[in-house]
Amino acid sequence: MTDTANEKAAPEQEIFYSPEGAENWEREVYDPAQYGPVSDWATDLDHADPEYNPNAPEIWKELRESGCPVAHSDRYGGMWAPMTHEFVKEVAYDTDRFTSRSVIVSPARPGDLAPPAPIGVAPPISSDPPFHAIARRLLLPPFAPKKIEPWEGEIRRLCTDLLDKMGDITPGETIVDAAVQYAQNIPVNVIGRMLGFPEEDQELFLRFVHDTLEAINQPAEVRQGGFQKLDEYITARVQDHIDNPRDDLTGYLLNVEIEGNKLEIEHVTGSIILLLIAGIDTTWSAIGSSLLHLAENADDRKRLHDDPEVMSFALEEFLRAYAPVTMARMVAEHTDFHGCPMKKDDWVLVPFPAANLDPLAFEEAESFIIDREENRHSAFGLGIHRCLGSNLARLELQIAIEEFVKRFPDFELAGDVSWSVGQIRGPRVLPVRILDAAT
Amino acid sequence: MRVHLDTEKCQGHNRCYALAPELFDVDDYGQAMLIGDGSVPAELEDKARLAASNCPEYAITTTD
Repeated sequence: MTDTANEKAAPEQEIFYSPEGAENWEREVYDPAQYGPVSDWATDLDHADPEYNPNAPEIWKELRESGCPVAHSDRYGGMWAPMTHEFVKEVAYDTDRFTSRSVIVSPARPGDLAPPAPIGVAPPISSDPPFHAIARRLLLPPFAPKKIEPWEGEIRRLCTDLLDKMGDITPGETIVDAAVQYAQNIPVNVIGRMLGFPEEDQELFLRFVHDTLEAINQPAEVRQGGFQKLDEYITARVQDHIDNPRDDLTGYLLNVEIEGNKLEIEHVTGSIILLLIAGIDTTWSAIGSSLLHLAENADDRKRLHDDPEVMSFALEEFLRAYAPVTMARMVAEHTDFHGCPMKKDDWVLVPFPAANLDPLAFEEAESFIIDREENRHSAFGLGIHRCLGSNLARLELQIAIEEFVKRFPDFELAGDVSWSVGQIRGPRVLPVRILDAAT
Repeated sequence: MRVHLDTEKCQGHNRCYALAPELFDVDDYGQAMLIGDGSVPAELEDKARLAASNCPEYAITTTD
């Protein structure tokens, strides 16, 4: 069912129907302290092991080539991870067997942190059909292509401002951190402006994102405390918009209606949490990975600089080769998935980045081909949960790369890269030496 | 050549609109729409193939 096809709302009791037994938790509590470093990626996978993100493409390849299309782990109370495009797509499409009730794997019991499907804590990403389509339909218009295109000028100014702030550049000597000084500031600034939040709060957003996505192995009380701070912050900002109405994304959410009714305030704050969390780390990671690729590949750097027209293909190839987002689902009921005995409430990682490197789905899957013409990559997911912000993310990624390459036609890696931990994969420290700077 | 769009499969990735704006438009929700009746002028056949081969949901097909 597509969102468009689902224009007619189902009766209210069905929309808010919660599956029987959803509140019961059927598996062991996971204690990270009882586990050490990963011993074997096929049977003890942990995507939050510090060795995972830096080496993920090699790990996926090793698993596929050793005949393990679905990895497993006892961690997190039981977790599975399909490695092929075919299986990743199957999980993404099968919203009956795989619920979105919780989409970030953590040791906490989702029941403690997330209301049951079909609504979930941050609709529509945490929602299942039929409620999902209603929540999503509300958020689609402000992120449709024609609403995003007008942001181009502002994003370009932001990128050039960040490049200006790097100060005097001495080619061959100056080293900048392309992640910290550049990539991480772009999405946080853009989504903050769209929501109409104060610019000086950007440091705060970055901490919220870290708490939610990276600090997953912290004790439940610590995580709960982090969520509470986030919730308090958003609630205060929403109240400010109620008191001082204005024409921005927060104002849009406060005024939009479902069947003549405005949204519950929890739905407004939940949606904002989603936009803030989902829009920042992801795009930051994609920009950083793309610049890392360019720092290490002189031919592609030169091609982008000399032939800007190649960008329409290059953009998609960056997204395919360095897709930052692995989603997660929970198993709705005991099920057999291609011979894997999945239990209710087991986690299932949905590694779209691994699917993008599957040689059965892409020719020369392991090669970065800057002008690849056929590219059905799934960087933004597949099926009903396709990334709502994909048009914005693409625009930010494209402009960020264009402006960086225009300012610095030549640059190289100048030290160790440090990687994110968890489901969003990208460089967090990215030292590059500037070899040529436009004056 | 004719181009076909399965609106049930479309999830609004907007690849077709980016690659072949002469053949595809998007609505206020970012869902793809065919411009015209799906017949493709000779000079746009490459773009129609490009749109089809870049749709992640396999929602676009072409026939000769």
